[in-house]
Amino acid sequence: MIEPLLQIRDLCVDYISDAGVARAVNRVTFDILPGETVGLAGESGCGKSTLAFAIANLHAAPALISEGAIYFQRRDVLRMSAEELQKFRWAETSMVFQSAMNALNPVMTIGDQLMDVIFAHKRMSSDEAHSVAEASLSAVGIHQSRMDSYPHQLSGGMRQRVVIAIALILRPKLIVMDEPTTALDVIVEREIMDQLYDLKVEFGFAILFISHDLALMGEIADRIGVMYAGKLVEIGSASEILRDPTHPYTQGLLSSFPTLDGQITRLEGIPGQPPNLLSPPSGCYFHDRCRLKTSNCQHYQPQLIEVDRRSGHWVACSEVL
Amino acid sequence: MTDFWQGDLAVSKPQHPSGEKSLIEVSDLVIDFPLDAALFNRKYLRAVNQVSFKLEAGKALALVGESGSGKSTCARALARLYSPSSGSLRLNGIDINDNASGPSRIELAKQIQMIFQDPFGSLNPIHTVGHHLIRPVKLHDPAASKSTILNRVHETLARVGLNPPEIVFHKYPHELSGGQRQRLAIARAISTGAKFILADEPISMLDVSIRLGILNLMTDMKREGIGFLYITHDIATARYFAEQTAVMYLGHMVEWGTSDAVTQTPSHPYTRLLIGSVPQVGRSRNERNRVPQHRQKILWTPESLGCPFADRCPLVEARCHQEMPPVVAISKDHFVRCHALSPDALSAERDELSGDHSKLTQTDGTSE
Repeated sequence: MIEPLLQIRDLCVDYISDAGVARAVNRVTFDILPGETVGLAGESGCGKSTLAFAIANLHAAPALISEGAIYFQRRDVLRMSAEELQKFRWAETSMVFQSAMNALNPVMTIGDQLMDVIFAHKRMSSDEAHSVAEASLSAVGIHQSRMDSYPHQLSGGMRQRVVIAIALILRPKLIVMDEPTTALDVIVEREIMDQLYDLKVEFGFAILFISHDLALMGEIADRIGVMYAGKLVEIGSASEILRDPTHPYTQGLLSSFPTLDGQITRLEGIPGQPPNLLSPPSGCYFHDRCRLKTSNCQHYQPQLIEVDRRSGHWVACSEVL
Repeated sequence: MTDFWQGDLAVSKPQHPSGEKSLIEVSDLVIDFPLDAALFNRKYLRAVNQVSFKLEAGKALALVGESGSGKSTCARALARLYSPSSGSLRLNGIDINDNASGPSRIELAKQIQMIFQDPFGSLNPIHTVGHHLIRPVKLHDPAASKSTILNRVHETLARVGLNPPEIVFHKYPHELSGGQRQRLAIARAISTGAKFILADEPISMLDVSIRLGILNLMTDMKREGIGFLYITHDIATARYFAEQTAVMYLGHMVEWGTSDAVTQTPSHPYTRLLIGSVPQVGRSRNERNRVPQHRQKILWTPESLGCPFADRCPLVEARCHQEMPPVVAISKDHFVRCHALSPDALSAERDELSGDHSKLTQTDGTSE
């Protein structure tokens, strides 16, 4: 039995406003093993980015982690002191955000931004830091001559690579990637994904890969979790989720993408809209958009139940069991 | 090189006979942007080069390409936001940029409308939904009575699925979701009675589950006789929505034809690269469809020679850096601009295979 790298247990994150309390992450439990890539999919507002922020304990008011625990190598991230947190963030878990444009400082050179990370965590001479930074840049396929460039001198794809280089530089064990390629063109996206795959093989870090694009996720993830309205509704091996999705929401999400081959038929996707989390519906949160709903669904809140013990496939739906 | 989309383009009539479908014809469109403000020897960037297509009412043409490929510039030229450096844009046979006989701006706007990528930025936050729809109707039909206008606004709201119209009418943009806002943008575009909608990445900022709703709504509009120029970087949605697809690279149309032909039998190396890069469910990571490392993007200027894709192309040969590739007809509704696919390059191979190269006809690709 391999010891999980990250354990998320019954995690709840609330956003508190004058209008009430919205539970953006609702009793989410899952593990990430060392070196494993876990994908997290769902529509905007399903809580996937909120969950990512919670992992690094980055939430501030109005967000509140109200229940649950996050263990990173058995240490509770939510109970770490400021000093421990500073060590934990970036050195052990780093993050790559969607918009590389905003993640880089426009008035600092790429090299200075890479070295900044090193100096914040390690005692190292400037020369040493410089060579570590160069090595990190070339690991993501950017020539060392770019150390003195400013972010605006780089293309969108290169900026995203720089952000990945910064995330990698301290050799963390887990990288949380929140829609890392969404703002990029398909071909650049493909290049970054190829690179990421190589880096993963080389350095062996685990990834929490957040995206709405299940097809993209299928190429890199070992396991995929699907979130809806703050809840984890299905989790299982990537191939199983993509080939044989069980939850009606996962099925709807998968059929929301027109394909490049096969017959062109009118796709209907998922009708309706996600619920307002300030006043969530009774029973299953998905019931009013679900094609399998029965009267039961309005009263009973389904729990994640293991449907396949061997592959570790869990589904929260009372109709498919 | 005016008649390569379909053979009948050359005989387009100057007048638009009633009963015939509306038609937009773009031929040899070139758009240059100045790079500096020099008085002499001003440098230019050629954003769009020799683009020709036609767009019929009730049909959709998708322009597919990466950012900077000139697809939005084409749409903006059709909305007369940019004027062409050369080439012509005709609506029902009349040049829209002709000041003497062309349509006035308002006449053009009655026919051609745009919808934009960002439904948050394209609506005025201090005005209600009703205001956004009453204004275009009033502007284009000043004689309409108040009740006629209101009826039409309510009808339009219902048509785009913003129900119930009486309630939505009084809402402000911030009270609508992203998908609802894009529906409002579509409602605004069709409320003038427009025959053509230039849709510039209309779904790329929307949520996955909302996208199909907007695409399906546009499909319904298309069936009602509206023509769409659908600009996207997502070739799978182009295939889903549009009958015709044109792939653009650095301002050039490199491959075009029916969407099925372009996506099922991609011929240009760039189209193949593009289609190979699209993540597909069920297609696992494959070392073979690795993308060659990206090089610095080149700046296309009026002086640039050869094929725009030459420096990234796996099939590159010497003449690719010298001459613009000719247009090659792969079938009667599938065209490509590539030296490697030109008849003389393929003839040797074809002779061996079947001895029949009558199918492969070359249109004259060299323009003035």
